[in-house]
Amino acid sequence: MSGFTLAELCVCCAAEAFRADGEVLATSIGLVPRLGAGLAKLSFAPQLMMTDGEAYLVSEPVPVGPRGDYQPKIEGLMTYERVFDIIYRGKRHAMVTPVQVDRFGQMNISVIGDYAKPKTALLGVRGYPGNTVNNANSMFIPNHGKRTFVAGEVDMVSGVGYNPARWPGGVKPRYLDLRRIITNLAVMDFQGPDNRIRVISLHPGVSFAQVQDNTGFELVAMDGLGTTPPPTQAQLSLIRKRLDPHNQRARAIPGDPPGIPQAGG
Amino acid sequence: MNKVCAIEDILDSLQSGMTLGVGGWGGRRKPMAFVRELLKTGLKDFTVVSYGGPDVGMLASAGKIRKLIFGFVSMDLVPLEAHFRAARQAGAFAVMEIDEGMLQLGLKAAAQRLPFLPTRVGFASDVLTTNPDIKTVTSPYADGETLVAMPALPIDVSICHVNAADASGNSRISGPDPFFDEWLCRAAECAYLTTEVLVDADAFNDPLSALQMPIERSLVRGVALAPYGAHPTSCAPAYGMDIGHMREYSAAAKGAWAAYLGRYVIGKDLDAYVAEVGGAAAIDALPLPVF
Repeated sequence: MSGFTLAELCVCCAAEAFRADGEVLATSIGLVPRLGAGLAKLSFAPQLMMTDGEAYLVSEPVPVGPRGDYQPKIEGLMTYERVFDIIYRGKRHAMVTPVQVDRFGQMNISVIGDYAKPKTALLGVRGYPGNTVNNANSMFIPNHGKRTFVAGEVDMVSGVGYNPARWPGGVKPRYLDLRRIITNLAVMDFQGPDNRIRVISLHPGVSFAQVQDNTGFELVAMDGLGTTPPPTQAQLSLIRKRLDPHNQRARAIPGDPPGIPQAGG
Repeated sequence: MNKVCAIEDILDSLQSGMTLGVGGWGGRRKPMAFVRELLKTGLKDFTVVSYGGPDVGMLASAGKIRKLIFGFVSMDLVPLEAHFRAARQAGAFAVMEIDEGMLQLGLKAAAQRLPFLPTRVGFASDVLTTNPDIKTVTSPYADGETLVAMPALPIDVSICHVNAADASGNSRISGPDPFFDEWLCRAAECAYLTTEVLVDADAFNDPLSALQMPIERSLVRGVALAPYGAHPTSCAPAYGMDIGHMREYSAAAKGAWAAYLGRYVIGKDLDAYVAEVGGAAAIDALPLPVF
């Protein structure tokens, strides 16, 4: 045991994505993004707003899983209809897990394959088109590979990216703001030349070549690319005792690997 | 003014080919008792507008959808809707797949009797390439910005399930989120409600409960009693999702749809259905989902 798991490391990376957001609604879809937003709020970003996952704003993150006697601490209302009001005003940062991502950061959760008779029908575009042209967006990808990070474009562009060929008149949508991609291998952003996807830290034991080999398009390496910093004891304590007391994060990444690969592993 | 009716009366007001709005959201507060009754009829070729859940899945597996207008179809805790997926993958119906926010704008445009409402949503995504009928418009003001003109989505009949209603068509949604039922009703020529309970008008004589009444009675043509009518979806705060039933229903998408219909739909009125899924006490005991 290296002292922390890869899922816990990813939670800390997800938290970092929310650090500089100010007073916005953190919408985190899925366990790792949710724990990340909660960790950010409990440690360095208390101004973040978040919900109970249903309709209420809460003043502290709701622990995941069975709650026992815990009651969410309501501080306001955030119905689905109001979520769209906040999206259009831009006061939101969403972290999601799309099924496909391409070199432009375009995301797909609609269908795989031919649109009229798809090989796989997924959810539908949901709010991705509106999210991506109105508020900040980040991603968590638990299985970094070429099935997710595709060569060419995603099969159905649900979330908008840095692809001038699709922009009206070639002009970047005014509020397009893709932030970070946290994966089981690395942390990336969109700060490469022309907003290309750039690796900004490698998880312990992972090489840039390994990340590149598992990506369907060419990546940029940040100058001075280093290793993702390990969680602090304070962060681990918040994750384990406050945010996820039932260790649901053990199922977030297949095999629940340790944060630092073991010798021979 | 007595708008109390039966679900059969709602069905009598429908014709094949109509545009139907279905209330609720994903796995929550769907008018499932109505949907099951609709499955028994020969009505078909509907254009369905829905924040989709098993309503869409059942209508799809029954072959009743000609066109689906949607942003997603999901049962929340059972994220992918197996019946919708199978029909979608078979190309069984036409789709107008749009962002959830665009769906709301289309309903609001229809509600305001406008041809469209402007938005930035849709630009640079495949929502516009897969929906070539959606046009753009140029701001007439100094900014001159090009915007998506989200067309109105007028509906013939909308059906929503509420926690309580009276004979005049007043109604209350007691859960924390009324979803978009209000806009489905406002966009429709007429709306019908199914309700957990029918109450006297006096029951609504309360300032706090009035905050949970987004659908005024002038929108409502009829009110049908349907206790447990949202099952297997949730109806907060009364009962939660029946995850076990949702899984059984999902599994039926692989060759067991006829068996599902035989057990839960064909020849079963609402009382018989409730008994078949375990009885009223079992539904009352379904925990509200924790997200």
